[in-house]
Amino acid sequence: MHNGETSQVQNARPLSPHLYVYKPEINMLMSIVHRATGAALYFGTIALVIWLIATASSEEQYQAVNSMFATLPGRLIVLGYTWALLHHMFGGIRHLIWDVGYAFNLSQINYLCWFTLIASLTCTVGIWVIASGYEGVF
Amino acid sequence: MTMRTPLKNVRRLGSAKEGANHFWQQRVTAVANIVLGLFLVWLIANMAGQEYETAKSWLANPLVAIALLLLVASGAFHMRLGMQVIIEDYISSESSKIVLLMLNTFFAIAVGLASVFAIFKINFGA
Repeated sequence: MHNGETSQVQNARPLSPHLYVYKPEINMLMSIVHRATGAALYFGTIALVIWLIATASSEEQYQAVNSMFATLPGRLIVLGYTWALLHHMFGGIRHLIWDVGYAFNLSQINYLCWFTLIASLTCTVGIWVIASGYEGVF
Repeated sequence: MTMRTPLKNVRRLGSAKEGANHFWQQRVTAVANIVLGLFLVWLIANMAGQEYETAKSWLANPLVAIALLLLVASGAFHMRLGMQVIIEDYISSESSKIVLLMLNTFFAIAVGLASVFAIFKINFGA
């Protein structure tokens, strides 16, 4: 823990330029979205826990939670959750590729970043189109 | 003769040399979560709008239950590490940081344990 004197010195330090001074690039955006989807998944686990506890409790509880997820906001949360999961997964694979030392050329970086976005959107739409094809689902 | 502990001498002298362990644990759970996360997407897509008995029988399937338990363990661990980095990056006040890091640990354990309890109850409970 710092004493008052130290924190005053820290506050007086000049700040480096922040995000707004840079031109948006796909790798920068995918980096931000990777962290954002991670945080969203973190809080999204609350929805998953509610669903599991309701299923473990009683049929009435389950129906209540299920009808909550059946509303438009509820469906958007489930849709958003699956997209965030897939996006974070593809982004994570990108980071694992970088971790082992591959794909550090600018063109490869941009390709991987665009792939993350396109793959996550395509898979999310694909999964829900297939799932909605079954009776009683979504 | 001093009454001071050695702690004062090492404060702000660099890292605690624990970063590599954090990095490695993050990666191990990340790799596990690729498989387990795909399983979760598949489960959610199949469970959306299902009847109570169907959902319950799916979760009572040993393979589904075991995969879900593995996901909860790996996921809770991974998300705690990830949120820890976010807190350390954005919260500069030392006291707020410590409180939030504690809450982060509590949240990960609470989510993990509640999920495990629910899965156990579905499989073994009355």
